[in-house]
Amino acid sequence: MRSVAELAEAVRSAPGPFVVRGGGSKQDWGGAPDGSAYLDVADLREIVDHAAGDLVVTAQAGVRLADLQAALAGAGQWLALDPPEAGATLGGIVATAATGPRRLLYGGPRDLLIGTTFVLADGTVARAGGKVVKNVAGYDLCKLFCGSYGTLAVLAELTFRLHPLPEAGAVVVVETPTPADVGRAVAGALHSQAVASAIDYADGRVTVLIEGVEAGVGARAASMAEAIGGEIAGTVPEGFGSRPWGEGEVGIKVAAEVAAVPQVLEALRAAGATRVSGPAGVGVLYAALAAVDDVPPLREAIAGHDGSVVVLHASEEDRRRVDPWGPVAGLALMRRVKERFDPQRRLAPGRFVGGI
Amino acid sequence: MTEPAADLAALAAELTARLGADAVYTDPEKLRTYECDGLTAYRVVPALVVLPSSAEDVRFVVRRCAAYGVPFVARGSGTGLSGGALPHAEGVLIVLSRLTRLVEIDLANQRAVVEPGVINLNVSRATLPDGYYYAPDPSSQQVCSIGGNVAENSGGAHCLKYGFTANHVTGLDVVLPDGELVGLGGKAVERPGYDLVGAFVGSEGTLGVTTGVTVRLLRSPEAVQTLLAGFAHTDDAGAAVSAIIAAGIVPAAVEMMDALAIEAAEAAVRCGYPAGAGAVLIVELDGPAAEVEAGFARVRQICADAGAFELRVAADDVERGLIWRGRKSAFAAVGRISPDYYVQDGVIPRTALPEVLREIGEIAERNGVRVANVFHAGDGNLHPLVLFDATQPGQTERAEEVAGAILDACIAHGGSITGEHGVGSDKKHHMPRMFSATDLDVMQLLRCAFDPEHLCNPGKVFPTPRLCGEAPGPRRGVHPLVAQGRAEMF
Repeated sequence: MRSVAELAEAVRSAPGPFVVRGGGSKQDWGGAPDGSAYLDVADLREIVDHAAGDLVVTAQAGVRLADLQAALAGAGQWLALDPPEAGATLGGIVATAATGPRRLLYGGPRDLLIGTTFVLADGTVARAGGKVVKNVAGYDLCKLFCGSYGTLAVLAELTFRLHPLPEAGAVVVVETPTPADVGRAVAGALHSQAVASAIDYADGRVTVLIEGVEAGVGARAASMAEAIGGEIAGTVPEGFGSRPWGEGEVGIKVAAEVAAVPQVLEALRAAGATRVSGPAGVGVLYAALAAVDDVPPLREAIAGHDGSVVVLHASEEDRRRVDPWGPVAGLALMRRVKERFDPQRRLAPGRFVGGI
Repeated sequence: MTEPAADLAALAAELTARLGADAVYTDPEKLRTYECDGLTAYRVVPALVVLPSSAEDVRFVVRRCAAYGVPFVARGSGTGLSGGALPHAEGVLIVLSRLTRLVEIDLANQRAVVEPGVINLNVSRATLPDGYYYAPDPSSQQVCSIGGNVAENSGGAHCLKYGFTANHVTGLDVVLPDGELVGLGGKAVERPGYDLVGAFVGSEGTLGVTTGVTVRLLRSPEAVQTLLAGFAHTDDAGAAVSAIIAAGIVPAAVEMMDALAIEAAEAAVRCGYPAGAGAVLIVELDGPAAEVEAGFARVRQICADAGAFELRVAADDVERGLIWRGRKSAFAAVGRISPDYYVQDGVIPRTALPEVLREIGEIAERNGVRVANVFHAGDGNLHPLVLFDATQPGQTERAEEVAGAILDACIAHGGSITGEHGVGSDKKHHMPRMFSATDLDVMQLLRCAFDPEHLCNPGKVFPTPRLCGEAPGPRRGVHPLVAQGRAEMF
């Protein structure tokens, strides 16, 4: 299919429940859905409109992020999302709220998506938001759909606000052998007025990205290096921003209060995490675990810091054995939302929190 | 079923027994003081006003309203400009101005937890000494409440760079319309599940009543630079804005005023803007000193190249305050040059600015009224002020027509009917011009998940209520809610 109308027809005529598939890079994230049918939207790959002067782009959901960035770069702009999954599409990134290191400065899909055309489970085509950044007309369904894992609607077209590509960058690195060292570096970087684009932890060190105008980054990097006791490095470390898990491992995302990063690292160590990395400056870390059974005790250990653990990568068997989402506040209300949008439970049943 | 009046009397008695007589108003004179919010054109005297002092009080009030089937409307400081907090004649107005505790300032986590009645500016006042502030800064920030900001997804001059309330709220305690209290989000940047915090912010009080708000605190910028530039014409100022954006600069704020708005501000606060200017631009950059310095030099050059005949740079906070004074007083200031005025709020793609300004000029001329233009030029958010004299026959109607025609122009250019004031009571009839009937029905699916009985701020945002049993799509015959006498069809 290549148009919204064709997508709507495909949704309407789908014989049973299905999962939407774009680039297929995150199909195993979240709960294992009931049933194995999927709806492929990878051919919805038209960049509909790039209003460069307005810093806004509208693209179909199957457009790959890398293709979009290449198209925008000509105008010196980008969509300020940098999740590492190769081949990921805009629809999949929005549906899973996937982010990368620069989430610190720019936020996630919820902060950048300003409009969408979508298809409900019965084939109804509707629109929310618009094509201007500032807009409070009607409910903001865009935010509702971000991170909903395709359980409320099928995304067809997405409109994002864009940012200018920074003209220069600098990197500051500090070695942080202990969790307390990481905590100090993160706090120092957050409190600095040098404004980091990213504060990332990996392999026993914290990396801080400074981006902006050529004339400013040098002084800012020096000030940041002083704030965290680090050094200015030539480039980002290898594998910067990549997820820490491999095939056969359990991959998790841990989110907590940012000041609790040391406690989260301790808890991950106790849970036997083999590798840990992620945007520590926003209080999020990704980790590889040897066994999914280590997840529930980890949840308990960090619950007091507004901590949560989501299983993103695991075998289907593991994802059926341990709830990938854990306890969820407001679950009853979320179920009511699901019932309204998809009463027949056609969209990815079983994939989301509480088996939604 | 009992009579509404009997229900209300019984409800008032219950609420008084629980909250005390000083927290429940039934006296007509006291009720009248709450008949409108910041949009005084709409007035409805509520049946009952309650002033709870705690989240538990709010929960009790909502639960009792739900039990009696009595509609309720939450209100903060009442500064809203779309009639979003307009009371319901047979309903309860829940005034949250006694919930004013700054519950927690947590600098290590860069969060503050506040009650909904806390005044916006008080958050920054409490944290600025430590080098932190709360970014959303609506013009009314000295009096408006955080709870109202949450309902309206309030913006402000600096949301161009820093975003709106929705980008700065990470957690909410919400009393749902059935009286259940849920905690959504928290201090962490995310929690598993639907982003109901994101959906709730900006829902204009129709999904529940918030009793606790967790907001982000931002580190204060190292440097701030503010420029006032005078241009002969709005086209030149608009060209400067486009050039600034094209240069890859993201200012903290870019504000524009046209000649008539300048005249009004001058009369009201003697802000000393460049004499004879057809337009002034306020450009503010903030951030790391080195970044600001480099960007500011480019902004000055761009303004000069675009034909600015005067450039004034604020040397310190006092001079910055003077520059902003004219802009921030603009709405009230037009009262000096016109007996009545209507504040419009519309959004256009920034690049359409010159064209839309010309159209607004033509619309005004055709209808024989004056329009002063004040706007957040960086994000295309227009605030045309339609000036009229209500004592002159026909002028009010013409002003309304002009205000409506301006919104039509915004929609025609792919914009929005509201950028920050909300839909409320005022613009619900414009919603069908921006959204299809299906779009509006789908939005109301969310409403039905939160408030299936339509008790929570009913009659706002949507031109036609949706019965929660219906599927989205075309509807036939008289609306069931209208047939039951529970809703009016406009």
